[in-house]
Amino acid sequence: MTANSLFHMFHQEGLMSRGRKAMAAFALVALVATGCAKGSATQESSAAGKTTVKYFTFSAAPDHVTDLDKIVKAFETANPTITVRVETAPYADYFTKLQTAVAGGAAPDTFELNYENFVSYATSGALMDMSAETAKDDLSAYAAKSVEAFKRDGKQFALPASYSAVVLFYNKDLFDKAGVDYPTADWTWDDELAAARKLTAEGVYGDFQPVQFFEFYKTLAQAGGSFFSGDGKQATFDRPEGVAAAKFLLAKPGTVMPTVADIGGTPDFDTNLFKKGKLAMWHNGIWQFAGLKDVPFDWDVVVEPASTKASAVFQNAVAVSATTKNSAAAYKWLRFLTSSEVTAQTRVATSWELPPLADPKAYAGYFEQTPPANRKAILQAVDTATPTPVIARQQEMQDIVTKALERAVSGKSKVEDALREAAKEVTALIK
Amino acid sequence: MVLFFLAPSAVPLVLFTLVPMVGSLWVSLHEWNLIGTMRWVGLANYAALLSDGDAWRALLNTVLYIAGYLPLVYIGGLGLAVALNRVTRGRDLFRSVYFLPVITSWVVVALMWKWLLNPSEGIVNRLLALMGIEGPGWWTSEEWALPSVILASAWKDLGFVMVILLAGLQAVPRDVLEAARVDGAGAWRRFRDITFPLLTPSTFFVVVISLINGFQVFDQVYVMTGGGPAGASEVVVERVYDLTFRYGRVGDASALSWVLFLVVLIVTVVQVRLQRRWVSYD
Repeated sequence: MTANSLFHMFHQEGLMSRGRKAMAAFALVALVATGCAKGSATQESSAAGKTTVKYFTFSAAPDHVTDLDKIVKAFETANPTITVRVETAPYADYFTKLQTAVAGGAAPDTFELNYENFVSYATSGALMDMSAETAKDDLSAYAAKSVEAFKRDGKQFALPASYSAVVLFYNKDLFDKAGVDYPTADWTWDDELAAARKLTAEGVYGDFQPVQFFEFYKTLAQAGGSFFSGDGKQATFDRPEGVAAAKFLLAKPGTVMPTVADIGGTPDFDTNLFKKGKLAMWHNGIWQFAGLKDVPFDWDVVVEPASTKASAVFQNAVAVSATTKNSAAAYKWLRFLTSSEVTAQTRVATSWELPPLADPKAYAGYFEQTPPANRKAILQAVDTATPTPVIARQQEMQDIVTKALERAVSGKSKVEDALREAAKEVTALIK
Repeated sequence: MVLFFLAPSAVPLVLFTLVPMVGSLWVSLHEWNLIGTMRWVGLANYAALLSDGDAWRALLNTVLYIAGYLPLVYIGGLGLAVALNRVTRGRDLFRSVYFLPVITSWVVVALMWKWLLNPSEGIVNRLLALMGIEGPGWWTSEEWALPSVILASAWKDLGFVMVILLAGLQAVPRDVLEAARVDGAGAWRRFRDITFPLLTPSTFFVVVISLINGFQVFDQVYVMTGGGPAGASEVVVERVYDLTFRYGRVGDASALSWVLFLVVLIVTVVQVRLQRRWVSYD
């Protein structure tokens, strides 16, 4: 349940928090406008010469807060002059809170970013250029590609913190009961849909795959299509491959998967469905492992079915605020948080995503744990990773695609028409 | 001395309304994403609004919302007021009960309606099912999302309209009504020709306030639908929120806020002008 991009976008956000968030947001706007929010948490230091570094994160709550605590304690023991103060927010609220804090001049010293948001923060000048620190430092502990991903114009703006992949979870007991063979890495869409139909029964859904942007760009790649034209100037997801991908997603709600009306805005509906043993197949991320360790049935994972394999892999990074007064301490903390042995061990022991380290031995233990038995599916997913389409106006693009799919799923528009219109709108956003 | 007595309302008004308003006017002339630096663009944000289909759609949705909400809340409130005006015992109790939703937080009310109108588990659809009717998808469906919000809004504001109209009803002189009765006017005739005309000042007040609130509708939309599905219930202020906090287009959001302000201002001025034609203060 650790937050990561896709499924939390689909869930209605925690309901109470919406209203509260709105009020907080308006209060903040008023404060910004009146210049009252100048007070900053970045320069707190206690009398004993201790430096306090604030760290804001979305991926720790709710399953890994104590695990993060362990890492913080280890860091503070090794660096007695630095205190780390952790604040968490659920993914759905995180970026609103971060944005308003930055705008109000009260940005946390260090904070977590996913790749999509990293781009807009780096280009907006909200992140400290770490190059001065990294120049004196040896970053060879990290996988080179991960370090590279968080550079802009040759400057290092963030350190890779973790990565995760989306796979197909399945409930073995339900497969046994329905007499259907377990999914394999060779499965195609048709195999999945056929199995889903057989597995769907009274009170049991065969499959769950949200109908939204993050599933769409991936299934588009699985259909052999591409989101943008080669020069990146045009959205091309309305071509036949895109229509096929959308139709694959749309085939599920109401037949083998609950509809939006069935879900009725219930938070974590799919997670609870799977945990209760009422969902046979579930497209979700490896961040769910920790939350599933006590379920009373057998389950496993497999790389997502498709004739052309393409998987979603998500990278999170951590950055230092451009306005911090404690840049040295902040950098030290992030280095520890992302590459220390304590972190790698904690992540492995608690199945808390994967550390972006160069040496596979550092997290070999992760792949020996069960459940799920087939953790090597993650490596297959990473090998076939398809990059998330990223543009400067990211959230608008995501909303346009998701809305088009919503119109198609409700039957308001034909799939072809909805995608054509969406592609036109996205192309206009790029310019 | 005057300033001293004004201060409790003037200071918050200046600090939290006027200063932010001027601030947003300034922001509306810039391109700004909250986290970067502001870039001067002059009136470009306003010009872009004209061709922004999403903004127009949000305005249309807002007008549709008002078109559904205003008659519902007015007729409902009037009906309640007339009924309560006849009740002699327990009037205060009923009045308090109907006023309770008015003073309840919008988040609470919106969540309650969201549950009542839950397509699969909600009590409304369960009752409909008992009568053999398959209920709609309410706030999860594109057709019913806006009506769901209208229903919740009318329910919450009913008490407010009722209290205003009830006060107006109680000011209608009994001797005039009595005289009409003696002259042989029936109940409907008395209402149409005496009560209703004498109620026009209260009606005017209710309509002006409801229209202003209607244009600014946000909380219930944000909690119940978030503007969805597929933008079916995206109203102007929801759009302002999305532009600011989802899309980082604070300049566009501020421009849209100012356009909304002008629309409300014009509508209100027109109403005040027109009132001479139909509101009677005699």
